[in-house]
Amino acid sequence: MRRLLASSPLITAGGAVALLIVLVALAAPLLAPFPADAGSATHPVSALQAPSLHHLFGTDQVGRDVFSRVLYGARVSPLVALLVLVIACVVGIPLGVAAGYFGGVVDEGIMRVTDIFLAFPSLLLSLAFAAVLPPSLTSLTIAIAITWWPWYTRLIRGQAASVAGRPYVESCRALGIPAWRILLRHVLPNSVTPLIVQVSLDVGGVILTASALSFLGLGAQDPTPDWGLMVAEGQNYFTTQWWLVTYPGLAILVTALAFNLLGDGLRDVLDPRRVIIR
Amino acid sequence: MTYYVTRRVALALVVVAGVVILTFVIADVVPGDPAVSWAGPHASAAQLARARQHLGLDRPLLVRIGAYFGGIVIGNWGTSVHTHRPVLSDIGTAAPATLELVIAALILAVLVGVPLGLVCARWPGRWADHVIRVGSVLGVSMPIFWLALILQLVFAQRLRLLPVAGQYDPNLVFTHPLAGRTQMAVVDALVSGNWPVLTSSLEHLTLPAVVVAAYPAGVIARMTRAQVLDTVGEAHVQMVRALGFPERSVFGAFAMKLAWNPIAAVLALVFAYSLVNTFLVESIFDWPGLGSYAAAAVSTLDTPAIVGVTLFVAIAYVAANLVVDLVQAALDPRIRLR
Amino acid sequence: MKLEIRGLEVSFSGHAVATVGELDVDAGEIVGLAGESGSGKSMTILAVLGLAGTAGATVTGSVRLDGQELIGMSGARLRAVRGRRVAAIFQSPSLAFNPVYRVGRIVHRTLRLHGLSAAEAGQRADAALRSVLLAPDLLRRYPSQLSGGQLQRVAIALALALRAEVLLADEPTSALDVTVQAEVLELLRELRDERGMAILFVSHDLAVIAELCDRVAIMRAGQVVETGPVAQVTTAPRHDYTRELLAAVPRLEVRP
Repeated sequence: MRRLLASSPLITAGGAVALLIVLVALAAPLLAPFPADAGSATHPVSALQAPSLHHLFGTDQVGRDVFSRVLYGARVSPLVALLVLVIACVVGIPLGVAAGYFGGVVDEGIMRVTDIFLAFPSLLLSLAFAAVLPPSLTSLTIAIAITWWPWYTRLIRGQAASVAGRPYVESCRALGIPAWRILLRHVLPNSVTPLIVQVSLDVGGVILTASALSFLGLGAQDPTPDWGLMVAEGQNYFTTQWWLVTYPGLAILVTALAFNLLGDGLRDVLDPRRVIIR
Repeated sequence: MTYYVTRRVALALVVVAGVVILTFVIADVVPGDPAVSWAGPHASAAQLARARQHLGLDRPLLVRIGAYFGGIVIGNWGTSVHTHRPVLSDIGTAAPATLELVIAALILAVLVGVPLGLVCARWPGRWADHVIRVGSVLGVSMPIFWLALILQLVFAQRLRLLPVAGQYDPNLVFTHPLAGRTQMAVVDALVSGNWPVLTSSLEHLTLPAVVVAAYPAGVIARMTRAQVLDTVGEAHVQMVRALGFPERSVFGAFAMKLAWNPIAAVLALVFAYSLVNTFLVESIFDWPGLGSYAAAAVSTLDTPAIVGVTLFVAIAYVAANLVVDLVQAALDPRIRLR
Repeated sequence: MKLEIRGLEVSFSGHAVATVGELDVDAGEIVGLAGESGSGKSMTILAVLGLAGTAGATVTGSVRLDGQELIGMSGARLRAVRGRRVAAIFQSPSLAFNPVYRVGRIVHRTLRLHGLSAAEAGQRADAALRSVLLAPDLLRRYPSQLSGGQLQRVAIALALALRAEVLLADEPTSALDVTVQAEVLELLRELRDERGMAILFVSHDLAVIAELCDRVAIMRAGQVVETGPVAQVTTAPRHDYTRELLAAVPRLEVRP
């Protein structure tokens, strides 16, 4: 483990920041000076104040403390990312395993459907689906999750197919060992490494996609302290009240950057061959 | 060769069809009534019923999908619930501006990304390599809409170096009206020799193009670096060195020639990504393209328009892939000879 | 003396992988450099070309071409020597040519690089191809469309067209069929006899070396252990290792 960290400054830097963000998300209620502002509290009296010691990032158009909202925002985007990736794995992995291991008609059927999704970048499809769903964080998560699972299916299918072809699996089958045990003991362990790399690279991607869709109004709605939404809300005041847009956007950038660096570093160390570009 | 192309086209059509069906299905699952958008919020029940019938909403889903596909082929992409005009003509008006922006961004991305990637590959591990690599990760981690706002604030409003928004100076519509076929300001101005509009439109294109180019430039730089580094270890590179070629030819002419192929492959993907990113950016720069049209469609539950835009982007992506495939075959003889 | 190597040492991070105390190659002779894989033969060739640095190695010692010192020569002057006066052919000809360039384009560009006009380059390329018994229109093909033997002959033709004085051959026949091998070896003999080239022939195959070379140096674990005329070394070897190598060469025996 220590060698893993020492071998790449990318992993250390990215991992440290990512960890920090997760901690902030968990500790937001403790860290934020004005936790109610992340909810429905409004203070029209102190609207649009510049950053000061009292309000580190200033206040927004209804007087809410931007710093608190940004801190709470660390719960929103990464949570969406977590949910999306969990769904993607829960749906995509079994399908991939089935396709790769059983082959034949099962493989063909699953992969044809997967191909439709794989043919397009996730952002595009997520946008289309989110556009026809009523705007909410749930819709956002569903829209992105629908477009994300196929990548995991393809990843796992490749692994499963290569393992399924190996002689020792043949002998396992001949000995009458049930399929699920073979899958559990042989296919899954091999897939863990590329899976870890892919997931860490994807977190950044999902966060960017989610914030873009929220920016367009297709995701989180007021008063949820979503970073993308905050940027959208702050647009109109941007020329004079620059802090409304700058800080939330910076938060998105830093988070995506951290996870991308982490993912890059992990890939360099664990699995230099595999690159799935979205 | 023709077999190869036909097969790719057929596959592409299947994929596009799949996307459309998917969008329809999801739109159908949604609560919310397009008839309200069509007839207006104050419509009576009878008017709503008539609107529903007019829009074909009373027919079953499969029939609607079938009718839609039939319509596409003859050029009827439905009627926008919001603008009450044919979706196809709406898209025809809005699309060129978006394409102009995307193409400009991609050209910029290649012009910047490839040389930077080459520099990294030529001197790996040195400070230039590290800086450029961090830069490219930054490029792909950047929230595009945020970058757009920041750059607009800094360059357009504070420093006043570049225009804030629009495709070109609106005053020029009166003094130098633009006559054009393509609806792309730069192209039309170039072709008709309209220099004031040309300079103005180039100025206006700069900021949005730079913003949209950030992501593809990052991807291309990383791709170039990886591909060239991969090639440099191979025997044919050593042979070319042994023949007396200087390092810059070894990298620039010989190693690079092999790298173009995978870079071209990435370009198609990056094209679609940039197309969607452009949607985000258009509202910020007042760019009269598909992004604004799509945004309006979304807020009014304008399903025909949404599906139409999705269809258009899907077709554009598929076309881009096809072009890339052909370019790849032209670049790499090994594909042709297979 | 065309090529003189004295005290050449190629090392990676202080660890020497190839040491050649003394090796000469004269015009009109073929000198063999024999030894197992990994004995440092290929690194020696790279060092003579001044390309060992690209693999990350450091080179000390002396390599003289017609009395001119090559080690430490400036980049620009060395590039004028490389290809033009000292040519090289490599082990896997199908890997040695850039797959996306037509073969003729590489030949043409190299000739132009070394100062020929377009017309001269075209003429010399055609003539050179004919002297290696290939039709000049083969130049229009891609490497994947030519066989290993044909590609190796194109490489030799390139050396001819450049009027190279020294040819460094790194296992040029190891990847070829035996019959094709014989043709290439015959070509090398012609280069020696009719063009007076100095040829350094590197191989692990002692039988081929015995057949082709005039003199031979035996390399073992990065060190030259024995040199001498081929006839002498193969019949009366002085070093134990040479004896082992000779014993390992399979011989066709006719059963009585």
